[in-house]
Amino acid sequence: MSQVTDYSEKVMDHFTNPRNMGEIENASGVGTVGNAKCGDIMRMYLDIDENHIVQEAKFKTFGCGAAVATSSMATELVKGKSVNEALEVTNKAVMEALDGLPPVKVHCSLLAEQAIHAALWDYAEKNGITIDGLKPPVNDIDETEEFYQMQGE
Amino acid sequence: MEKLIYMDNAATTRVLPEVFEAMKPYFTEEYWNPASAYKTSGEAAQKVEESRAVIANAIGADPKEIFFTAGGSESDNWAIKGVADALKEKGNHIITTKIEHHAVLHTCEFLEKHGYEVTYLPVDENGVVNPADVEAAIRPETILISVMFANNEIGTIEPIAEIGKIAHEHKIYFHTDAVQAFGHEEIDVNTMNIDLLSSSAHKINGPKGIGFLYIRKGVKISNLIHGGGQENGRRAGTTNTAGTVGYAKATEIALARMADRKKYESALRDRLIDKVLAEIPYTRVNGHREKRLSNNVSFCFRFIEGESLLIMLNQKGICASSGSACTSGSLDPSHVLLAIGLPHEIAHGSVRLTLSEETTEEDIDYIVDTLKQIVDRLRSMSPLYEDFVKKNKQ
Repeated sequence: MSQVTDYSEKVMDHFTNPRNMGEIENASGVGTVGNAKCGDIMRMYLDIDENHIVQEAKFKTFGCGAAVATSSMATELVKGKSVNEALEVTNKAVMEALDGLPPVKVHCSLLAEQAIHAALWDYAEKNGITIDGLKPPVNDIDETEEFYQMQGE
Repeated sequence: MEKLIYMDNAATTRVLPEVFEAMKPYFTEEYWNPASAYKTSGEAAQKVEESRAVIANAIGADPKEIFFTAGGSESDNWAIKGVADALKEKGNHIITTKIEHHAVLHTCEFLEKHGYEVTYLPVDENGVVNPADVEAAIRPETILISVMFANNEIGTIEPIAEIGKIAHEHKIYFHTDAVQAFGHEEIDVNTMNIDLLSSSAHKINGPKGIGFLYIRKGVKISNLIHGGGQENGRRAGTTNTAGTVGYAKATEIALARMADRKKYESALRDRLIDKVLAEIPYTRVNGHREKRLSNNVSFCFRFIEGESLLIMLNQKGICASSGSACTSGSLDPSHVLLAIGLPHEIAHGSVRLTLSEETTEEDIDYIVDTLKQIVDRLRSMSPLYEDFVKKNKQ
């Protein structure tokens, strides 16, 4: 099985030329989801103005081609939207925008959806507001530092 | 794509032109079924026996102890299921390791569902099995020890002779999956006390679809493939005459070139390893540095994920693999990398580059430069690297 041939052209495009890759300093909201065990970690940065509109979205991702492509597409989809509209950007919307994903990679689109939610949660917390329908993100434990401490690095 | 550098020779190899030429007549002209009664069939059968003799000679066996199969997976299945069935009155315990190929691991898991017990031995941080662990795992009901000759992912060569000696002393059959080692490393089934050995032609520039199982004379083993009386009544199915001819030719060439090839490949292998370690920080080499297949390089690049790396390498004309080709598509990191003690996240950042005699020094330097660019790029995208850099600044 080769993932390279299973990806749509859109996925390959967003993997090869990811949109909005990077960080936003002093972002309005930052969310990190996923875990190292599954091999995918996504971090999304949102810059949201006083009218609750997403002005800027950026991401960093540790993961497979689909993880990078879904992060890239998710940032594209939330830009210019209100926080309530951004919350409506589902994994299905991300997948459709990418012309689909191989079945084993569907979880990447879920992660992208969760990354948006986590960043919105952070924004809501920082500003003391509640966004209807938004649930708190789940944090994962990282086992890697322990390994490198054992190796004496 | 202008450039194509094939660095996945542990997955499969090119059929050499000499091998292909030797096989050709047996497809279109000498296509006779070796089991038929006419004279030409007898000639085909004779050719198969010549092939068998060449292969037997390569491991110090008798031709009567070589049984052709459809490949390495079948040979592994036959060795393990066949012994398990034949010795079911004697015992139900099998000893193997955590780093075997899935052809061995999944066969053992299958047997566990049918009342057998399997000990999966751990390995050290270099992937080496400790022979003392093998001995300690032996029980009165142990019927088979199966340890691979060399690991397909990290290239580590196991202490086969020592394990063979232990198995022999305890009168337990010893099987080795030598798919990555046959034709690459010196093998002698007698001095190494090997009772069963699996091999596959396509790993040594032979054709796909043919392998063999060496079965020492007197070893009790049930058949796996039932049907006609081919292979001395041990393995049914019309003999793949062309396959055996190609296998023998590839074996002859592999043996004749073994010393030169190992010298050439290991120099390139070490050049690749040394340059990458010098130029790309936070990188580790998986597997033993010395007890290692001459063509195997396995790296883990921290903070990045293997599939992204593979796709980008592919875009730059480099064919590599992450773990083994059989596991790509699964979401779990390699069982071998986990067995040598790597955390999941590090194991996800692995790449295997397996070279051949066709690989050049220029290729190696291009691969190093390309890896460096790609790893830099993926790290710039990685939240794990971002955290690491920020933490170190503090």
